[in-house]
Amino acid sequence: MAQTAEADFKTRLQNWIPKLVLSPSLAVILVFVYGFILFSVYLSFTDSRLLPSYGWVGWENYSKLWRLSHWEISLTNMGIFALLYITLCTAIGLGLAIFLDQKIRGEGLLRPLYLYPMALSFIVTGTAWKWFLDPGIGLENVMHTWGWESFKFDWIKNRDFAIYTVVLAAVWQTSGFVMAMFLAGLRGIDNEILKAAQMDGASNWNLYRRIIIPQLRPAFLSAFVILSHLAIKTFDLVIALTGGGPGRATELPATFMYSYTFTRNQMGIGAASATIMLMAIASIMIPYLYSELREKR
Amino acid sequence: MSVATQDTAIRTGRFTRTLIYVVLILFALFYLLPLYVMLVNSVKPLDEITGGGMMSLPDAFTLEPWKQAWASAQIGVEPTGLKPYFWNSIKMVVPAVTISTVLGALNGYVLTKWRFKGDTILFGLMLFACFIPFQIVLIPMARMLGLMGLAGSTYGLSFVHIVFGIGFTTLYFRNYYAVFPTELIRAAQIDGAGFFQIFWRILLPSSGPIAVVSVIWQFTNIWNDFLFGASFADASSQPMTVALNNLVQSSTGVKEYNVHFAGAILAAMPTLFVYIVAGRYFVRGLMAGSVKG
Repeated sequence: MAQTAEADFKTRLQNWIPKLVLSPSLAVILVFVYGFILFSVYLSFTDSRLLPSYGWVGWENYSKLWRLSHWEISLTNMGIFALLYITLCTAIGLGLAIFLDQKIRGEGLLRPLYLYPMALSFIVTGTAWKWFLDPGIGLENVMHTWGWESFKFDWIKNRDFAIYTVVLAAVWQTSGFVMAMFLAGLRGIDNEILKAAQMDGASNWNLYRRIIIPQLRPAFLSAFVILSHLAIKTFDLVIALTGGGPGRATELPATFMYSYTFTRNQMGIGAASATIMLMAIASIMIPYLYSELREKR
Repeated sequence: MSVATQDTAIRTGRFTRTLIYVVLILFALFYLLPLYVMLVNSVKPLDEITGGGMMSLPDAFTLEPWKQAWASAQIGVEPTGLKPYFWNSIKMVVPAVTISTVLGALNGYVLTKWRFKGDTILFGLMLFACFIPFQIVLIPMARMLGLMGLAGSTYGLSFVHIVFGIGFTTLYFRNYYAVFPTELIRAAQIDGAGFFQIFWRILLPSSGPIAVVSVIWQFTNIWNDFLFGASFADASSQPMTVALNNLVQSSTGVKEYNVHFAGAILAAMPTLFVYIVAGRYFVRGLMAGSVKG
């Protein structure tokens, strides 16, 4: 009898072990991610300034936030940045992938060259671009010494154009990654269909337009989701490249949140802006993750 | 890379092909440009850069900027160079990568071979945690690290990186173990093997490739992090990225561009090295987060 009771205990223990093994990770994530999200959202409804404080102020932080020109600039910049960043990365990524897919000699050498920026920190690449684009020592100065005296390229110092230098550096960093995503999609396309269409006299252009690109839909979707989520989170690059300047010309929501929370002691407003960032990302990521996880097994 | 299964059936003419090669090579030069700028300017005297020679090879080759960036450049208030911060990054990265990978392996094992009701939702929660804008947790995290006595330490940073890394490491191992034959596990169970025995004897020996993917991904991500380092570290525990930013943004004295470039390469070297020796695995990790496995 004692033996069966012991065996019984052992099987029950075996049933519990998996959950026990999973529980530390889950507990940590529930507290430090989801608990903290709730706490930050709560703070966005309080009068917190330098430190968290619990006086309820309703929607006041949000209405203040939407009246701030600083926030408006950040959102406008986000719009410009996200639109250009996503479009250019997708276009360059798709173009390079299609080109690389033409039985290119040296593909094995080119591919890693296109992708290595993903392995670097934005602070590193931001530094390189910052000085390369600097009119005093970078490209403009080089052109002058090479004899092109009238050459002018001061976007990084120009309020109206600085945001485009952020786009340039960000596209440089991630377009290779998008290339890899499209290349994976292209290599998954069945050649038999293409050969059949070629027999029917379809031109290359039509093959791509009618057959290949429509089949890349999943890759387009993944690229869009990944790029838009990266765009909303862009922070390091701006800090390293322009510091949000000149003036506030390259502020983005992420840098806005940081400066309002940690240097301007407006924690309530900072928390409100972080909440809006979370909402934006959640509205893209949650449907995506839901569909990815549901289809699998 | 993981994708080279077949070539396209598309045929192109000689002119088109030449054009394609030209475009591909121009883009390669574009991607190499910042690396070239950093390398070539890190080994020349300052006056060669300010004199308009940023794109030229050095006239007078010197390693002085590297020495300064490593050991004597002014970072914040101390003229320590980047050396102590390099070690801070190492101290932060090693435990964070190890622990998050081990947890990811165990989680992936449970989520595929010991499934239970609601496991996919739990995994979804873990995965979403990787994608949130981290701004949303900065304020409470700073308070909590203080309460736990980890504020301003590399341990605190390691802890934060473990929390936000588990989702990805779990994803890798979950996808990897999902295709591992479950019959083998059941057979071992019938033979009386327990939970950990099965993991240790059956799954772990074949987990090499995915462990490499996970380690490389975590290493690159954590080494390159700036936001958490800038938010939670103090002067004695700042990681390399934060120190590099301080060096470059410092507004006092002459801007020593050559030292900045040398510092940037020092900060890039570990991840670049890993990319060069094991880029295949890095790309695999990159893709696993985006394209269906």
